[in-house]
Amino acid sequence: MEKLIYLKDVVTLDLDRGNCVGCGMCLIVCPHAVFAMGDGHARVVNRDACMECGACAMNCPSKAIEVKSGVGCAQAIINGMLGGKCECC
Amino acid sequence: MQSVPSCCCGVDDRTVPPTLRQTFVVGTVGTPMGEVPLVSASLMTADRWGGIKARWKVGRMNYRVQPGLYAMGSPNEDSPVMVTANYKMSFDFLRRELAGRNTWIMVLDTGGINVWCAAGKGTFGTVELVNRIETCGLSKVVKHRTVILPQLGAAGVAAHQVLRGSGFRVVYGPVRAKDLPAFLDNGLKATAKMREKTFTVRERIVLIPVELVAALPKSLIVLPGFFLVGGMLGPGPFRTTAAAHGILAAWAVLCTVLAGAVLTPILLPWLPGRAFSIKGLWAGLLTAALLVGFTWPDAAAPSQRLEILAWVLMISAGAAFLGMNFTGSSTITSLSGVKKEMRWAVPVEIAAVVSGLGLWAGSLLLA
Ligand code: SF4
Ligand code: SF4
Repeated sequence: MEKLIYLKDVVTLDLDRGNCVGCGMCLIVCPHAVFAMGDGHARVVNRDACMECGACAMNCPSKAIEVKSGVGCAQAIINGMLGGKCECC
Repeated sequence: MQSVPSCCCGVDDRTVPPTLRQTFVVGTVGTPMGEVPLVSASLMTADRWGGIKARWKVGRMNYRVQPGLYAMGSPNEDSPVMVTANYKMSFDFLRRELAGRNTWIMVLDTGGINVWCAAGKGTFGTVELVNRIETCGLSKVVKHRTVILPQLGAAGVAAHQVLRGSGFRVVYGPVRAKDLPAFLDNGLKATAKMREKTFTVRERIVLIPVELVAALPKSLIVLPGFFLVGGMLGPGPFRTTAAAHGILAAWAVLCTVLAGAVLTPILLPWLPGRAFSIKGLWAGLLTAALLVGFTWPDAAAPSQRLEILAWVLMISAGAAFLGMNFTGSSTITSLSGVKKEMRWAVPVEIAAVVSGLGLWAGSLLLA
């Protein structure tokens, strides 16, 4: 399988390892294997693969993850700028 | 096919079990909460046809299943509970993969939107799930306290909050329904591979119809304008010049749509660049080269060649725009990334189209 990666160094994902309790939930929900577990805490290993879906932050019980989530969809952004509603996906 | 009246008219029918008058219902199963519709695992012609139509965006928004609890096989109080959206195709994939098993299927009301998009919008979400567990009386139907969700629903559901709100533990299943049997047989454990959202050629190709349906009508709208202006600006009788320039315009529009809505999705990983507009641009150059190859030898006058070059510019810009739009269907782009890309791509695309139009008009006046 080809591994597709979008733009570099734009993703807003932020992990506070100090808050992480190591439950592993973010590893389970991330569809792009962005996290790995090391010494009892999650770690970001594949940052540019993140699509900002927000699943990790949503399911982190200790609020250790922050990400500005949204759909990466040009049409939705255009619609938003034109004041319309999102007809994305 | 499956048109079920929507339940958004202020009538609270949440506690009413789903109607039996849906094509896939083959009977009922008795539970402490009353009779629950039993669904068949095999897809019928109507289901397949409906799926094809939905891919072409025909009746997509009415393609829904009534929310609520359903049964497959002969489930009992120990059987697993699978949760899905009330988009018919999501539901159909699920029941097909569960063939031969005894399970409960709990359908959330996502307004007929698939799991992933609904999770992004929050309709496949914590509140709906907790409420649905409550109104289905799930705690009376099963002894265990576990619900199995598709992993892609995680963007809308906070597992720890569901546990607090309902007493049910959320287990995230695999990304693809076809891995479900292995997941169930493996004691609800997904392999790393089952957790990754891929974007294979196949997965991209099935998106093409929707891209085409979105792009074609919008692009065809401009054509009469090109016929009209071509006829007025060009030398000679209106009809012949309108036809000559209009037909070239029609080919160019086809090249643009072909590049942006068909070639870009298919060739995505192999087109150079990371930004989708750049990928679309390359696809546009590819189809523009075809157009040049076919028209250039017949274009003796400089004005004709200028006209063709004007189209190369506009095809490239249009294809870049459509390529950028494909971010919405992709499974790899982030909101921050798309915003960053659009900041420079949209102005460049607009500038290219405007200069292309200028060149085009100039070529007609020259002729
Ligand atoms: S936002 Fe989504 S893609 Fe990004 S790290 Fe979290 S779960 Fe993975
Ligand atoms: S979900 Fe949160 S607490 Fe759990 S491992 Fe990931 S970052 Fe740590």
